[in-house]
Amino acid sequence: MSANALPVAAAPESPARRAVRSFFRHRLAVFGLVVILFFALAAILAPWIAPYDPLATSWSAIRKPPSAEHWLGTDENGRDVLSRVLFGARASMLAGVVSVLAAMLIGLPFGLLAGLAGGWVDSLIGRVADAMLSVPFLILAIALAAFLGPALENAMLAIAITAAPVFVRLARGLAMEARATDWAEAARALGNPPWRLAVVHVLPNIMAPLLVQATLAIAEAIIAEAALSFLGLGQQPPAPSWGSMLNSAQRFLTQAPWLAIFPGVAIFLVVLAFNLVGDGLRDALDPRSERR
Amino acid sequence: MLGWFLRRLGQIVPTLAILSVLIFGLQQLMPGDPALILAGEERGDPQVLAQIRAELMLDRPLPVQYAHWIGRVLQGDFGFSWRIREPVAQLILDKLPVTFQLAIMALVIAIAIGVPAGVISAVRRDGPVDWAANGIALAGISMPNFWLGIMLILLFSVELGWLPPSGYVPLNEDPLQSLATTIMPAFVLGSGVAGVLMRHTRAAMLTALAQDYVRTARAKGVPEWRVVMKHALHNALIPVVTLGAIEFGRLLAGAVLTEQIFTIPGFGKLVVDAVFNRDYPVVQGVVLATALIFVSLSLLTDMLVMAINPRLRTA
Repeated sequence: MSANALPVAAAPESPARRAVRSFFRHRLAVFGLVVILFFALAAILAPWIAPYDPLATSWSAIRKPPSAEHWLGTDENGRDVLSRVLFGARASMLAGVVSVLAAMLIGLPFGLLAGLAGGWVDSLIGRVADAMLSVPFLILAIALAAFLGPALENAMLAIAITAAPVFVRLARGLAMEARATDWAEAARALGNPPWRLAVVHVLPNIMAPLLVQATLAIAEAIIAEAALSFLGLGQQPPAPSWGSMLNSAQRFLTQAPWLAIFPGVAIFLVVLAFNLVGDGLRDALDPRSERR
Repeated sequence: MLGWFLRRLGQIVPTLAILSVLIFGLQQLMPGDPALILAGEERGDPQVLAQIRAELMLDRPLPVQYAHWIGRVLQGDFGFSWRIREPVAQLILDKLPVTFQLAIMALVIAIAIGVPAGVISAVRRDGPVDWAANGIALAGISMPNFWLGIMLILLFSVELGWLPPSGYVPLNEDPLQSLATTIMPAFVLGSGVAGVLMRHTRAAMLTALAQDYVRTARAKGVPEWRVVMKHALHNALIPVVTLGAIEFGRLLAGAVLTEQIFTIPGFGKLVVDAVFNRDYPVVQGVVLATALIFVSLSLLTDMLVMAINPRLRTA
């Protein structure tokens, strides 16, 4: 398809540079990156940029529509919605990033072990991953969070455990592929022990697909955290989180629709942004997937 | 076919066995003593606690507890709800038809939107239609479905007053009313799946349209619509069908929140209520049931794919 568009390489360009260039050509992915940076800054700078204390209730400002003083209105306790959305970014971004990092920390060692060891170790790890993947993501996360008890840390742990098998599978497949290559053979022939082969040689070579998967997993984790908080299993009130804000907004749909709109827009934008960046990274990093 | 079926069962059985251990193990995550939770007001009475422990076999070693539990599960006994005082299996069976109605409607909506959109997108590749369809698909995937549900209630129930915001009427009582109460939740559930289906149909169609047999068909002078609809789509549907089963699992999970928002008394509402009431046997039963449904569906899909694609039958 792009055979006639192949550039005539004058000076060889490093794969990393080519990936970065190809990523930035992807306008939507760059837009996604900007949105993520925006919300990351909002989360970090919330205490300084939020116009009000997110927990401060006010009897004179109960369920006021958006105005000059309160850009996004106030909620049923007179709290400023903009401040709560800004502080809510903390729970969502933290849960998304931390739970996916934890999922990788759980999933990668098992996946690499399965892919490199083979035999019964591989079948056992593979079966456990299969078993967990046979329960739909959100149902497993809800069950785990329910048994662990309602708290943001427990929700994050539940999401991490639920997301781990995807990384087990991915790392296993990639490790098996890598094991069969000549450079892995050479590394083994040079006397590298299996763990060194895994960590020093295989892991860096499979980072690209893992990064793509991780970005998409963050999008899923943020939705999951919002869902768990919506059900009261995540961030506990009065601490703000987008999911729990939506839950209480549901009771005031007729009187105060703005309460339901803004936290949802925030979740949607962040999830969309991570999905866009994930798609862009996949196109940029994976030479096998054709640019769409 | 029989050999393949037996091999497939050989994979499923150990997976389910491991899953049962994991689901049983969920109890161990619980902070605190289940007997104390169950005893409620009587938690000070050691006799009551001892009785509960003996009844639930909490005083026995874990392997014995597991053996007892799995023995009952294999006989279709998923335990007893702590709060509703009914067998868990019965509760699930009572609620499943409601959720199935919702899930099937959602799947129909998803296929009706996703597959044609994917086909058109692939045919009009890189054109404005393709861009728009891709954008809408990505938005559908990124939309938290509980928020979409709230927004639809805001628009169609609060503002326009066209549809009831919540409640459920069974199909056999009043089909029209039943449709009115389920159309919004079904759309909410189906929208994300429609996005996924669209993307996969598009990718599969692009692959199929680049194949030699498509070029041959075109060279023979087969009309373009026939090339697309028959030659390409027929082959592109195979990966899409496989996806259908996986997405059905996603529908069951999505139903949890959707039913909560539209207060539909289905399977998802059952889980959420069980979570709120700390009715742990029900939570365990629901996880087990969804896994069983998912595993049977993927087995069924594999058989369906074999039926669609004769080349796989000998393999």
